[in-house]
Order: sequence, then structure tokens, then C-alpha cells
Amino acid sequence: MLELRSVSHRYGQTDTLTKVSLKLNSGGIGCVLGPSGCGKTTLLRCVAGFESLSEGEVSVGGRTMASRHIHVPAEARHIGMVFQDYALLPHLTCLENVLFGLHKLPREIAMSTAEDVLEKVELSAYRSRYPHELSGGQQQRVAIARALAPKPALLLMDEPFSNIDASMRSELGGQLKELLSALGTTALVATHDHQDAFALADSVGVMREGYVVQWDTAYNIYHRPVDRFVAGFVGRGVWLPGRMLSETEVEIEIGVATGIVTSEFSIDTEVDLFLRPDDVVHDDASSLQAKVLKRRFSGSEFLYELELPSGARLLSSVPSHHNHAIGESIGIKLETDHMVLFAREPTNGPSG
Amino acid sequence: MNTKLIVVACLLFLCAACGKNEDDSESANVATPVVVYSARAEQLIKPIFDAYTAATGVPIRYVTDSEQPLIQKLKAEGATTSADLLLTVDAGNLWYAADQDVLRPTYSEILDANIPLHLRDPDNAWFAMSVRARTIVYDTRLLKADDLLGYADLADEKWRGKLCLRTSAKVYNQSLVAMLISELGERETEIIVRGWVANLATEVFSNDTKLIQAIEAGQCQVGIVNTYYFGRLQKENADIPVAIYWPSAKTGGVHVNVSGAGVTRHAKNPDGAKALLEWMSQEAAQKLLGGDNMEYPANPAITPHPMVEGWGTFEASAMNVAQAGFYQADAVKLMDRAGYR
Amino acid sequence: MVSTAIRRPSSRRSSTTRISSFFYRSIIALIAIVAGAPIIVATLALFVDTGDIWQHLLVHVLPEALKNTAWLVAMVAILTAILGVSLAWLVSVYEFGGRRFFNWALLLPMAMPAYVMAFAYSSLFEFTGPVQTFWRDILGNPFDFPDIGARWASIATLSLVLYPYVFLIVRGAFASQGLRSLEVAQSCGLSPIRGFVRVSLPMARPFIIAGVALAVMESLADFGTVKTFNYTTFTTAIYQAWYGLFSLNAALQLSLVLIAIIFVALVLERYLRGEAMYTSSGTHAVRGRIRLSRRYAWFASGFCGAVLLVAFLVPAALIVQWSAATFTGEFDQRYWQFAANSLMLATLAATLITVVALILAYAVRRDDGRFAALQARIATLGYAIPGTVLAVGFFVPVAALSRAMNDYFGWHGGETIALQGGLLVILLAYLSRYLAVAHSPVESALSRIKPGIEEASRGLGVSGLGMLRKVHMPILSPALITAALLVFVDIMKELPITLMTRPFGWDTLAVRIFQLTTEGEWQRAALPAVAIVLVGLLPIYLLNRQNENA
Repeated sequence: MLELRSVSHRYGQTDTLTKVSLKLNSGGIGCVLGPSGCGKTTLLRCVAGFESLSEGEVSVGGRTMASRHIHVPAEARHIGMVFQDYALLPHLTCLENVLFGLHKLPREIAMSTAEDVLEKVELSAYRSRYPHELSGGQQQRVAIARALAPKPALLLMDEPFSNIDASMRSELGGQLKELLSALGTTALVATHDHQDAFALADSVGVMREGYVVQWDTAYNIYHRPVDRFVAGFVGRGVWLPGRMLSETEVEIEIGVATGIVTSEFSIDTEVDLFLRPDDVVHDDASSLQAKVLKRRFSGSEFLYELELPSGARLLSSVPSHHNHAIGESIGIKLETDHMVLFAREPTNGPSG
Repeated sequence: MNTKLIVVACLLFLCAACGKNEDDSESANVATPVVVYSARAEQLIKPIFDAYTAATGVPIRYVTDSEQPLIQKLKAEGATTSADLLLTVDAGNLWYAADQDVLRPTYSEILDANIPLHLRDPDNAWFAMSVRARTIVYDTRLLKADDLLGYADLADEKWRGKLCLRTSAKVYNQSLVAMLISELGERETEIIVRGWVANLATEVFSNDTKLIQAIEAGQCQVGIVNTYYFGRLQKENADIPVAIYWPSAKTGGVHVNVSGAGVTRHAKNPDGAKALLEWMSQEAAQKLLGGDNMEYPANPAITPHPMVEGWGTFEASAMNVAQAGFYQADAVKLMDRAGYR
Repeated sequence: MVSTAIRRPSSRRSSTTRISSFFYRSIIALIAIVAGAPIIVATLALFVDTGDIWQHLLVHVLPEALKNTAWLVAMVAILTAILGVSLAWLVSVYEFGGRRFFNWALLLPMAMPAYVMAFAYSSLFEFTGPVQTFWRDILGNPFDFPDIGARWASIATLSLVLYPYVFLIVRGAFASQGLRSLEVAQSCGLSPIRGFVRVSLPMARPFIIAGVALAVMESLADFGTVKTFNYTTFTTAIYQAWYGLFSLNAALQLSLVLIAIIFVALVLERYLRGEAMYTSSGTHAVRGRIRLSRRYAWFASGFCGAVLLVAFLVPAALIVQWSAATFTGEFDQRYWQFAANSLMLATLAATLITVVALILAYAVRRDDGRFAALQARIATLGYAIPGTVLAVGFFVPVAALSRAMNDYFGWHGGETIALQGGLLVILLAYLSRYLAVAHSPVESALSRIKPGIEEASRGLGVSGLGMLRKVHMPILSPALITAALLVFVDIMKELPITLMTRPFGWDTLAVRIFQLTTEGEWQRAALPAVAIVLVGLLPIYLLNRQNENA
């Protein structure tokens, strides 16, 4: 459906995108994930047609939209866009905003389409309100409704959740996913939050400084990151030095970790293991003791930052009925199903 | 702190200018200044004031503005005014100033001797200082003086498409028509004005200079202007193919208007104002008033500028110029009715 | 800070609210009384019998005057809107040769007094002027030279002088909209041109209205231009009633009719706007400009250049030539004084009026009552009144106050205090005329600050004037600069108020023009006119550079 082949973009003297390639199947939802300034917004704008490519090719539904010689104007691409700030037209009501994208249809059909879409995003009651009279979440839904109403071949969303309360995000993310799959819309979303990306997307691309470092399923991105940056970006954790005991066993300071490994290493190779909080579990019976340095309560669980006798630190998420004070020592054990391993780099010390 | 200081400084600065009209009586050697409100443009009065100060040591302070705003200003200020003398152009405005009681009568043998009766207010509220003749000019390439008869004659069909006029919004034309009304009555005047309008060669002009230039360029053959505008153009180009025609006494004589002055009702220095007025009616000032602007001196004993003398003598309409003010509103309405824009 | 704000007992909060509301209302009322003084005087004039003047005017003058005025106002509104909006659109959205130059140079016509431009063009194109003389003598009059007539001459002149109001105000709106609104349109399948029509234009509506309203009010009050072309308008009728028919009261009554029409039009526009807001909900305006293809870039540069040529370069060249011809006779030492006075008055007044406009707009925002808004409207209507009428309307109550003070304190004879001789009075008189000019941009900009920002700041313990200083000022500063600039150049050109209320010795460049032109000495008047343009040019250039860098 959407295919980017080696797309590059320059702004003045700076390379904002370098040889980006990715592919999205019809009806699929893709996410470009990365810290701010990584080029994800530029990527969307290149697809939308607001920026022109310096190299490569963008095609949608088999039609080349942009290359070095071709530039289909944005308005002719039939691609919907939800801007980060929603960019609702302040002088138009909700309904008028949605109708705005339906200017090519006869008035009556446009009207019923707009009403339909507003119904789908549960905003029918607010049809004659102006944007400034709506909450952030409602504005977002109007923006989505406006982009979806003309039934675009592809929907682009730039940071759709950046202005939404954390408590509302997962709910809205779920609703959005349902809506998109109900309509069978192909969508490409840019976000800096891996949880939003994982909740929404079938495929996720992690971007860094204009490169797509990895384009893969959410599962693989998390469990089989291609490099330390990706591993670190999609979830917290600590790097611990270790040594391969077998193909599936790593010996580290606190014992032996077992699990599926990201890449094959020969025995005795010096490696760094990325330990995520869920890899370290609380076990009162364990002889391995660690001291609580910090703790963060998030309702269903605690995130403890622990210090080992050696001085090394670990993160552990623990069900919230295990309430331990700072300074207390608790028993822990390793439960590593998947192990993110990289060969030790002599110059770089372990980092987290 | 700083802000407060600045605010205080600003207030002091603003109020410093709040006029306090003191008599400089403690310093007897410095004469009390005369304060003049003038509707005559600065460049026309400043030489006269400078000459007065040089001759008598009396300083003059003045402010210029249009005629009506100055009269309204005097009315509004009442007793608080600082003006001693009102100097304005056009008899209509002088009449109105007297009518609105912003002037006081002045009795002076010098003025009585210098300014003819028909050139001053019947109650001595104001005196003409210069006379401006509003007369007919014609294209010397196409016409001779004999072809012309007077203001009323310009309404004759033979001038169809040959006449140029300035806008009726200008007070000079309002005074001219007012004088015609006072002389001939409204009915006959309206017929004349309608005739003028019918004879117009082109839209009315916004000033006299452009009108004369239009005759020079052949856009029309005759027009009515104040002579000093012609004088200015003749100064630049002695061979200008335009000449002045003086309507004879038989057709009512030449319409004259005046610039004049009167002592204000609430003058703080009426004696100083009267002294200035008297001085202005005498030779030195009269020469300046006439000479600099090519006008005629109000004092008949003084000869005008040589070039002005070259235009010949004329018989002025004998009516008191104050009539212009009295009939001005009627004249304006009449011109509106007649379609004179 | 936060905790004290929260812990403050509710009873105390409501009493401070009441005090501050009284405070803001007093401010509004004071400004309305000072700035609205001429309107109050005109209203009082309604009760004076003016005899058969109205009857006469209704039959013989007003039908044509009204028709002409309607033509003038409608066409000036349309032309200034077209010129101002299209030029503002070009320089703020596209990149083309000379854009940075045109960005400020297109404001230059503002520095040229309308009456000067009118005279320059009429001298150039009249029957005896160089163009027609050349046409007849050299070209042999191939056909009669086309005469556009008084109506279109007045319309063209005023539109060329006044479009910068629209340009300046709308340019700010487009700059803050950024390209985002265009992208929305594009993502909805509209081409940039249609996006401009359907999105950018409607979003700029309050700003276009604000700019056009200024142009319309200025052309309603214009006397110099229409007088030069002999075009009968409502304003010439007002002057005829006063100067010709000696009835100031009839003139005031006519002015009130003019104000009433403007008032109704403005209220109607506000009503039609309804609840819609014109603040973009986003904060991420997209910077950057669209680079035009060579052909269109030439067209854009050509269009901007043509407007600049006609609206500024040609008349400027003409007056420069005249002033060179008359320089030796006309220039003397006093010119430095004239220029200093002009500069001083314009600077003081621009500062004062901008500050008052800010206070007024802010007070009205804080006090959301209808009465406050109504008073603000009245305070800013003076701009539509012909200058001399307004000057008298302001002068009469000041002089009356002065008289009353003298009576009360028993100052008589030689010792009187005249309020009207002070600098404060001339500045307040300017205020009553130009408050609208400063209020317009400030109010539109203030309306773009969302209440959320204020609430957030109040939560942080910032309130009252502190809020104005810390929160509003930084956001408003471009609008304040615009306001001050508009007032400055307007006062450089101002005549009637300066003439009537200036203290002794405060002759300005504009007054010098008046002295010369009343005697028909237009060529000599070119020198002070050039000086006005030069002095007005400097702030245009400097302030624009500051805007550009901001």
C-alpha cells in the first residue's frame, strides 16, 4: 500500500532523512517512533507532499507520489493528515470542519458523510460547537474525523496523543485502532512514546537522526532490537556485563540468565545483557538480596531501583502488594524469557 | 522608583506648557506682546509683524489656522483667550466674527482716516487691511477687452463652453454671489448663476491658479479669479496670454473682498492690538500687505505694487463688503440650487 | 505562590474581584469620556435648532453627497482590501526576488499625506499638466485624453494611500497563521489558491475588517483629497454647513450621522461574526515560505513593484523635484524646529495613544460587560469625524472647563490660566482622533490570546497589571509596534487638531504645508511634504526591521 524506497530529504545543508525505506500493507497501521528531531515529522510531511524529496521514491497504492522528478501536489494525493496541533479551523464549527474535506461531494452526500463520521467518533452532540469550546480529546477526534471523512487511501497522524492526558491515552489509542480497522484505513503514525506505538501499530519503525534504524513488528522491536539505541528507546532497563555460558545462557553478576537470545554468540563471548524491570522479579525466598534505592508507585505495581552488593544497579517491577521501604533489602531472582544481548564494545562501557 | 520619576518628569513637562498669560509688567522696559490669531498664512503676515517689532519694539505672538476654527476657538475660550487681535481673510468671515461677538469696537482717528467706510464694519468691529479684487480674466489670443461686459454677461449663451469657474465651496465665490444677491436680488442672481453653470467648459477648479493655467492652455477663454493669483503667474511669465478685465461701474463695478482685522472681545492687551491695527493701516505695512501678495492696499492713499498698478484702475462696487457675510448662507444655498458645485 | 493563591479565603477573593471590576470600569469610563468628548459635544448639538439648513441640505446637497460617499467608501474598502491582502499574502507566504525589500517598502505610501498625493497626481494628469500637454503637443492629441473624473481620482488616491493599513495588519495575521492553515487545506484536497480563499482569508477576517475599517473611517473623514478633486462627499457637506452656511451645529449634527452609520456597521460586523474564534488552536505555526517558480516570482515582484511605483515612487519623485526647485527660497533654519516639533508630537502621542489603547483593550477584556464594550466602541469612533469638526468638538469642552476654573478661582483680567495652551491638551485631542488606529491592532491581537494562558498565569499567582506586563506584553509587542507606527505616521500628517490646539511656537511640518497650500503655493509646500515623508520613513524602516528579526 505505502512504500518508501530509499527516501532522502535535505533542509538547507542538513540531511533530515537519509535513505529511509519502509513498507506498509493495506489496512495496516505503522508507527514511526523516535525522539524529537529524529525526522519522523519530516517523514510524514514527505509522504503527505508538503516536502519534496532529494532522493528516493514514495508510492501509495502502487502510484508514485514523489521521486526526484515527480512531485504530486499534496492536494492531489488523497492522503489524510492529522496534525500534531490538530489545526482545526477556528472559524468553523465541528461539522463545518469535517465538511471542509468533503468539498468535492454534492452537498447532501457530504452532509450525511460528515454526520456519519462524527457519529463514529462520538461527537454528534458537539456538531455545532467551535473548536475552542471543546476539550483536547474532542478536538483530536474532530481532527481525525476531518481526515477520515473523505475516505483517504492513507491516513497520516503526527503525534496524535501529545496533547492528551496520560490517563486517556490507552483508551483513546484502543478506540482509534478499532476505528481504523473498522474502516480498513491504512495509517502511518509518528510518535515519541513507545507505549502508544505498541498499542496502535502492526509495524513500528524506530528512527534516529534521519535513519530508520529498525522497521519491524512491535514484538520484535521490543524483544529483538537491532542495536542498543533501539533497545534503550523502547523501554527502561540496565546493561549488565556478562559472559556466554551456552547458546541460551549468560552468566552475569547475580547468576545465570536463561532465555531466547537476540543473536547467536559463541561460548565465552563477553556480552552486555539488557535487563528490563520485568526480567527481575521479587522473591522473598531468594538468597540474592538487593537494597531499595528509589521506588515509584504506579497503582498495580512498584518500580524499584535496586543496588547490588557490588554497587551495580537493577530495575525491578513488583506487584504493588510488595511494599518495601527505601533502604530495605529484598530478595530478587532473574526471570528472563527473552534476552537482549550485544557483544561488549571495548571502548564503550556498559550504558543504560 | 525609576518609573515614578519618569512619570513625574513627564507631567511637569506637559504642564510647563500650560499657558499662563502673565503681564510682563514687572519689567517695564519690555513691551507687552500682542497676541494675534491669524487666518492669513504665516508667510504673508510674518514680514509685517517683524517690521512692527523692529519699528516699535513690541513683540508679536501669533497662531495660524483656518478662519472658522479660529472664530470658534475665540468663542469657546471666551474670557480665557490669550488673543488680542483676530486677523482673517474674507469679508464673510469678518462679518461672522462680529456677528458672533468675538470682536470689540475700536475707535481710532487714524483708522477712520485710513480705511474707507465701505471697507470696515459699520460698528467698527473690524477694518479691512488689504483689498482683493475678484474679477474676470480672458484669453488675449482669442478675445479683446471689448468682448466682455461683466459678471452677469458671463451667463450669456455666447459664452457656452468657454467659461471656467472655481468651486463654489471657496469663500471667494460665495462672497461674490452674496454681493450679487445684495445688489440684484436672489431671483436675478440665480438666473445668472444658472447661466454660468450652463456655460462651463469643464468641471470647476479647486484653485484659481489652475483656472488661469487652463485659460493659458486653451481649455477655456474666460474665468473669474482673484487678481493676485494672476499677478503671481505674470511674475513668472510676463508674456502670459491672459489679461485682466475690469467690469465697469455701469454693470455694478468690480467685486472686491478684503482681508481684515479686529480687536477681540476679551483682549488682554486691547491698546497694543489697536496700536498694531493702526500701524497696519499706514504706509509701511500697507506696502507690505499689497506688495508681497500683489493685493491692493485698503488705504486709498497708498499706491499698490507697480505690476498691480499696470493692470489699470477699476471702480469697485460701492456696497459695504460686510454684505457678503450677511448674504453668504443664501449665496451658498443659491449655488447649490443652481447646480454650481 | 501557588499555595497562597489556593488558600486565599473565598470572601476576600470576591471583594478583590469587585474592587478590580470597579477599577477597570473607571478606567474605561475615563478613557471614553476623554476620547469621546467630541461625540458628546456633537450629541448635545442635536438639541440645537439649525433652521432650514437640513431642509436645504436634504434637497440639494445630501443626495449627491451620500451617493458619492457610498461610492468612495465602498470602492476604497474593496480596493484597499484587495491590495492590502494580496500584497500581505505575497510577502508572508512566498519567497521571490525583492520580498524582503517590499516587505517594508510597501508601507511607504503611509508616510505620504493623502492631500499631497492628490495634488501631485492632479498636477501630473490635469489638462495643463505635463502628461496631457505632452499628449497634445508632442503626440498631437490622437484622441481626447481619458478623464477618469473626480470620483475615480479620489477613490484611487485614497486607496493607494490607505492600503498599507490593511497590508500592515493582515501581514501580521498571515505571519502568525504560518503555512499550517494552507497545509490543512491541501490535506483536504484544496490547491494553495483555493486554500487561501477558503481558509487563510476567513481566518484573517477580523484583521482584514480592522484594517479596512481604518481605511474606511479615514476616507470618510478625508477632506484634503476630495477637495483637491472637487468631489462632493458627506464630509464636504459638513464643511459647507459650517464654513459656507456658518452653522457649526449643523456640521456637528451631520458628523453624528456619519458616526452613527459607522457604529451600526461595526456592531453588525461583530454580530455576524457570532461565536467563531480566529485563534488557531495550534501553537506550532509552520515557518518558512513557498518558493515561487521563476515565472510566478517575476509576476509577484512585478505586482509589488507596480504598486510601489504608483503609490509612492511617482508622487515622491514629483515632490522631490518640486522641493529641489523651491529649496533655496523655502528652506531656512526654522525647518529644523518644524521637524523637531513634528517628531516630538508624533512620538509623544504615539506612545500615549498606544498605552491608552492597550489599557482600554485590556480593561474591556477583563470586564466582559456589554456596557464596557460599548464605551470602547464610542471612544474609538472619533476617527471617522472630519478632523476640523473633531478639533472643535474637543476644544469646546476643554475651553469650557478652563473658563469654569477661572470663574471658580476668580482669575480675571490679566491673570488667566488657559488649559488649552498646554501640550497635554493637544495630546488628548490626538487621542480622541487616533485611539481607533491604535485600538484596532491591539484589540485583534489581544483577542488571539486564549483565556487559558491567563488562567494558567493566575494559577501561578500573576494577576492584574503584573499579568499585563508578564503575560500579555511579550505576546502583544508586535501589535503594539504596529499601533504606535500607525499613530506616528498619522500624526506626522495631521493638520486640523494640530492647528487648533498647538501651543504657541509648536508649528510642525504639516502646519507649514498648510500655510503654503492655503495660498495655493503647492510647489513650495513640496519641501515640508518631503520632510514629512523622510521623517515618517525612518520609523517605518526601523520598526519593520525589528519585526523581521523578532
